[in-house]
Amino acid sequence: MDYAIEMLNITKDFPGIRANDNITLQVERNTIHALLGENGAGKSTLMSILFGLYQPTSGTIKVNGQEVKITDPNIANDLGIGMVHQHFKLIDNFTVTENIILGKEPKTKFGTVDLKNAEKRVAELSEQYGLKVDPKAKISDIGVGMQQRVEILKMLYRDSDILIFDEPTAVLTPQEINELMDIMRNLIKEGKTILLITHKLKEIKAVADTFTVLRKGRYIGTRKVADVTEEEMAEMMVGRAVSFTTEKKEATPGEVVLEIRNLNVKDVKGLPAVKDFSLSVRAGEIVGLAGIDGNGQTELVYALTGLVKPESGSVILKGTDITNMSIREHYKRGLSHVPEDRHKHGLILDFQLRENFVIHDYDMEPYVKGGILQNDEIDRQSVRLIEEFDVRSGEGKDSLTRSMSGGNQQKAIIAREVDRSADLLLVVQPTRGLDVGAIESVHSRIVQERDKGRAVFLVSLELDEIMNLSDRIAVIHDGELTGIIERKDATENELGLMMSGALRKESKQA
Amino acid sequence: MKKYSSRTISLLAVLLGLLLASLLLLVTGKNPLDMFSALLCSLTGFDLSAPQKGFNLMYPLNWLLNCLPVMLTGLSVAFAYRTGMFNIGGEGQFIVGSLAASAVALFVPLPPVIHPIVCVIAGGLAGACWAFLPGMLKALRNINEVVICIMMNYIALYFNSWVVRTFLPVDQKTLARTIQFPASASFAQLNFGTSSKFHFGFLIVIVCLALYWFIIEKTSFGFSLRATGFNKEGARYAGMSTNTNTILSMMIAGAFTGIAGAIVTLGVYSYGRIFTTFDNYGFDGISVALIGACKTSGIIFGGLLIGLLKAAGTTLQLLGISKEIAQLIQACILIFIAIQYGIVVVLNKIDGRRKESATKS
Repeated sequence: MDYAIEMLNITKDFPGIRANDNITLQVERNTIHALLGENGAGKSTLMSILFGLYQPTSGTIKVNGQEVKITDPNIANDLGIGMVHQHFKLIDNFTVTENIILGKEPKTKFGTVDLKNAEKRVAELSEQYGLKVDPKAKISDIGVGMQQRVEILKMLYRDSDILIFDEPTAVLTPQEINELMDIMRNLIKEGKTILLITHKLKEIKAVADTFTVLRKGRYIGTRKVADVTEEEMAEMMVGRAVSFTTEKKEATPGEVVLEIRNLNVKDVKGLPAVKDFSLSVRAGEIVGLAGIDGNGQTELVYALTGLVKPESGSVILKGTDITNMSIREHYKRGLSHVPEDRHKHGLILDFQLRENFVIHDYDMEPYVKGGILQNDEIDRQSVRLIEEFDVRSGEGKDSLTRSMSGGNQQKAIIAREVDRSADLLLVVQPTRGLDVGAIESVHSRIVQERDKGRAVFLVSLELDEIMNLSDRIAVIHDGELTGIIERKDATENELGLMMSGALRKESKQA
Repeated sequence: MKKYSSRTISLLAVLLGLLLASLLLLVTGKNPLDMFSALLCSLTGFDLSAPQKGFNLMYPLNWLLNCLPVMLTGLSVAFAYRTGMFNIGGEGQFIVGSLAASAVALFVPLPPVIHPIVCVIAGGLAGACWAFLPGMLKALRNINEVVICIMMNYIALYFNSWVVRTFLPVDQKTLARTIQFPASASFAQLNFGTSSKFHFGFLIVIVCLALYWFIIEKTSFGFSLRATGFNKEGARYAGMSTNTNTILSMMIAGAFTGIAGAIVTLGVYSYGRIFTTFDNYGFDGISVALIGACKTSGIIFGGLLIGLLKAAGTTLQLLGISKEIAQLIQACILIFIAIQYGIVVVLNKIDGRRKESATKS
């Protein structure tokens, strides 16, 4: 077999944790090889070893059949290994070409940067691989999809033959994902080798040739994609059978918990973002809000939670008008909120995990007595939540939150918010960045909360998630409610039309 | 990458700073050993250049005396910093602290022991009031506190001069200060028969250090301050009143520095001062907080270090090395603290090489 990369029997120990345990990864030349695993399975560690950021405790690495020692990222680059990061590393006010040549600028005979030739080279590369990138465009003026293609060009400009894509589709729209798949196939045609890190099974099925699964730091196996179904992949990854749809009973809605009346909210630029929006959510039901990103969902959620004050209209929680109350008062009166942006809002990253668990209730009994924090109580609560919600981290409750994987950070937020016995659970993008196993548990947890008689308002950009969980589905387009339909009457096609504003459905409010 | 504790980095920075200062001394034709002997003299009371004189307790006492105000201003900068603010208004808070303490010392007759304590409280309150404005403008209008603080420094400088000359009894011989404070207002000296001015004000510094540690680490108020400092939006989402936190934390920071002003005026001068320039204690506080990484133990260490450099400065003058050299050493140390990321990188390189040679052998 002709392998581009071989990582043989790699073991990596960190204090208190074995991140990689005897892992073997062999990537055949000129194929797309997927590396699959849950959050915290050891994918990132393995890639960091390949990139020279970590040294393995034991094991060998071969590139193109030659045994190599990669002690820093420059060596990896020299070996032709390039990485397209999940979070782009681009300078906003530079052009595409300037970003690509950064650190490897071609010089004219006067020693200045030869931008003209560079632009020509970038245009050629873009043409050759079908990337459709304008070399002279400013990064701040182009979309996320094109920014990603600039990252790819960066690697190609540096003559990388082995390209690593780290969760490349996390930030893309469905159309952009399809384009990316085409680009990846093109790259293979041109003789490159791709290592794709992901936990989205659909994509692996669509584009990869072979895949390797890691679980809890261990090597589980390598298979041909064609031989395996998505369900089998999920099972290899999680270690048990996974269901993609959540079991749930018929909803038994009670009285109205949240009532939004004619709400108008402006965005940060002062433009109307939510327009005359009315909706109610009853106890014991899940109402999903579907919509394309940037259609006023964020502003609506901010207004519901008190993070911004609406221009007009009112938010009524259990009969009390909470529109102009403080954020704190919202929580006291029965709101739980899983925020969209876990780094900006959900967590204090430089706090320990245990501190993040009591971020709302730190100044209430039993966590405080006479103004003094009761660390024993905080620890007890933390240990309980970590166990109940399976939050994994290096040092348990004392872990620095920043050091935890994204999926486990999200689990910690969900644990905290669900555990507060609130009447209204407002969940925004609850499974962003989570793997199938975790998604399953979060979803069933949300349904459990509904069955306990809580009102759940789910805001998500993933239509699958909305369809899977909701009892009723509301659709927002350009800040306006374009309709509310019962889940059982909803079709993906119809919802799609409503999300784009092409169809309106007025239904009688309960 | 391996993590290095802030303690390791600070200690390394101090060593490198001393090394750099030695080099600079060599370049100017002075003997760096004189610097070390001056430092040692302040530290131990044993003068190497004149060993026949033996041990002199005055030097260590003067060292500790120099530590008192800088530990307090260090606490001040650190407290604001933990809430995400930069208190560069220490000079102004120091001056109004001194002014308030002087006024109480001169006008409010009280019995000894209680008198200086009331003066110190007045100084703290004055410092807090002085820091209220930058805190409030930051919280309500998001105006950069650094600019306001620096302006407030100059306002304090001239405000003090005007108040002292207009309202306080000025000493007619010099016309540059008030009359002597009544004996009841001064701190009792604790000099063990030496000529040092070390005094019982150190107890107040210890109380402040304990208070800082207690508020920041143990109380729910400290919890919300730290949250605000790390991630203001996140703290707001959690329901904390970040605006109130911002104002309160600036005021508490101001109080620490105001107390420093009161202690120096009561303990060292015993008369109301007309400042013509800044004493620099406020700025020294920035060094202390940086060296100490805003931790209580670090601030004690940083305060002892900066105090040592200040004390040694006086000794250095006797050896023909200008006092500015001590400030130079301080600057060298700060440079290395500021580039601590660079130190981490170098440490990692050394570490990597050591491991490599270990695996080879």
